[in-house]
Amino acid sequence: MAIWPEERTAAAGDLDTVDMTVNVGPQHPATHGVFRMVLTVDGERVVGCEPYIGYLHRGLEKLTENADYRQAMGWWDRTDYLAGMCCEGAYVMAVERLAGIEAPERAEYIRALMMELSRINSHFMFLGAFGADVGSFGTSFTYAWRERERIYDLFEEVAGDRMFPTYFRIGGVTMDLPANFERRCREVLASIRQGLEDLDGLLTGNEVFVERCRGLTPVTPEWAIARGVTGPMLRATGLAWDIRKAEPYGVYPKLDFDIPTGRQGDVFDRFHVRLAECYQSARMVEQCLEAMPGGRVLAPKLPKTLRINEGELYFPTEGTKGEYGVYLMARGGTQPYRAKLRSPSFCNLSALRELVVGTYVADAIVILGSLDIVLGEVDK
Amino acid sequence: MTFGEAFFGMSWLDAIIRIVIVVLLMTVVVVYLTYGERKVIARFQMRLGPTRTGPAGLLQGVADALKLLCKEDVRPRNADRWVFEFAPYLTFIPVFLVLAALPFARDWGVRNLALGMFFVFAVLGLNIVGVLMAGLGSGNKYALLGGVRAAAQMISYEIPLVVALLAVAMLAGTLDLNAIAAMQESRPFVLVQPLAFVIFLTAVLSELHRAPFDIPVAESEIVGGYFVEYSGIRWSMFQLAEYAALWAFSIFGAVVFLGGWQFPFGDDWGWWWQLILTLVKSLLLILLIFWVRATLPRLRMDQLMSFCWKALIEVSFALLLVNGLFLYFGWSEIILAVVNWAGAAAFLGAIYLRAIRKPAVENLVGAYKHAGVSPP
Repeated sequence: MAIWPEERTAAAGDLDTVDMTVNVGPQHPATHGVFRMVLTVDGERVVGCEPYIGYLHRGLEKLTENADYRQAMGWWDRTDYLAGMCCEGAYVMAVERLAGIEAPERAEYIRALMMELSRINSHFMFLGAFGADVGSFGTSFTYAWRERERIYDLFEEVAGDRMFPTYFRIGGVTMDLPANFERRCREVLASIRQGLEDLDGLLTGNEVFVERCRGLTPVTPEWAIARGVTGPMLRATGLAWDIRKAEPYGVYPKLDFDIPTGRQGDVFDRFHVRLAECYQSARMVEQCLEAMPGGRVLAPKLPKTLRINEGELYFPTEGTKGEYGVYLMARGGTQPYRAKLRSPSFCNLSALRELVVGTYVADAIVILGSLDIVLGEVDK
Repeated sequence: MTFGEAFFGMSWLDAIIRIVIVVLLMTVVVVYLTYGERKVIARFQMRLGPTRTGPAGLLQGVADALKLLCKEDVRPRNADRWVFEFAPYLTFIPVFLVLAALPFARDWGVRNLALGMFFVFAVLGLNIVGVLMAGLGSGNKYALLGGVRAAAQMISYEIPLVVALLAVAMLAGTLDLNAIAAMQESRPFVLVQPLAFVIFLTAVLSELHRAPFDIPVAESEIVGGYFVEYSGIRWSMFQLAEYAALWAFSIFGAVVFLGGWQFPFGDDWGWWWQLILTLVKSLLLILLIFWVRATLPRLRMDQLMSFCWKALIEVSFALLLVNGLFLYFGWSEIILAVVNWAGAAAFLGAIYLRAIRKPAVENLVGAYKHAGVSPP
């Protein structure tokens, strides 16, 4: 019986145990896409973890450098593909700031509204998938999916597409909202709140769920900052760091919202911060609906060809996973000289090995789930 | 009803006819249990479940079985051939043997065994051999992890299971399943021994690898566990064994705790009513197990073990002790029932209290429901 000869020979002749490497991914139900990690396990205990990324690399930065400023937008949708609006918002605002273009106020409100709906969408994906990671048989997943479908329906009505709307434009948004938008949006919000309550009831109060997540890999704010961890994972440690408050952009200074924080930064807090953020986002969407002024949605007199002279800028936004920063360098012409994405999933993922080593195999899956990575953003 | 003896005076023919009936019944039940599970869980998840094959998807199980029969039987290159190929049979045979000892109606099973309960445990314990063989012989690391997990889990949970049932057997004074069922004419044992029933259900969930104890087959961790390398007919043997075991345990639980074919009016209305009673009660237990699966996440291996060794075993031995004291002093059954209900309430209450003792989350808006503050 020659199973794993390389490991068998290591233990030949005595009763010592040897560590075993277990490959998880890229085709594995719990890796949320095409992530791969090689776990070294001593029985059930993880003693080593080697993450491998790059299966979804599409060369976003190079593609952007070789396209017109406006053409490149579609690629940015596809980084954090669970929240396309947040990504294109970040890119569009970065280009606007670099080129000195002002979007009309109505467009800014529409953007904020869409970005917050996107955030809810992405967080719902996390809540559902995380329940599945912890082992619930798809019930949390379908609960979350119901609400996601409604949000996607709304996106389709507004922009004509669900996942990759490419709805924003440099200088505003493509077209105005449909006439019945406010009513539809309030319906969706009511449904979202119901869905959040359902998920809260299904998971938060569940003995097994709490038992699995509570006290698993608690981290301090210092630890998280040292590793470049941002977003809900950083806020779970108790630090109320949110780019929307710290370095506001768009209409966020005019919106009233709280920053939910956790206490000990463990898996349970990470889950709970995201759940609470959905309520905050719903609040913001409501405020946008109420405060939205009339008027144009696209700035008048936009140049036919967008040329940006010398300039350089790093524009951080609060993506759904953390600090989603766009770096652009212009040296004249219609294309950026250099484009760079600071993707939060990638930085958060770099903390994975430290978190996972020392836990159990089952915990490794849950911890990976709690990082809430999206591979489009990790691999760019 | 004695078919063979009645017609030809041959007891072996009688036994064969009974076995054929039970096996046919089991096949139909298993096919429709998979269908039922998919439908029930679909309801929980706001889906429809199978709808396309036959009216309301009723032929889905048949279609699945045909598909599995036609699939290629793949054996990994580094699998241990005979271990790999025999494992499904060794998982399946014990379950099948157990069905031979279960009474479906008064004095009607394949065989009435004076030590029926003992037989059920002894034979179901063999199940683990097939699972371990599958885990070791597949030459796959997920399968190895799954097999070892299953072994540890099944050995541990066998103890509270046996002890809890032993407590009931003490009251009944027999291990004969028929006699135990017959004894529940006025009240099912679950009313007298609720704590034993809770322990039994928990341990059975674990023995069957159902959620929240589906650790050996954890889909999101080890992708199916010990049967990850099996395909086609061999894989379907594992499925058949799983659902047959589910059914067998449910009938067993129905007979021991819910009054089996006896309660209510079992003796008055004839064998057809007794058969209906047994089947309906077992299906109710199965529904409960599906419900749990649709709701609960999975425990971790060490939590599973500590729950068994630190909670279930102690409680089940305490139950055994209490029952012994009552029998020794000959106190009334009402007092025993009251003590047992109190015990069950305390046990479940302790689990619940552990659940609500959560980290401080009052600054989290999403937790308003648990923290007692109003939502924004």
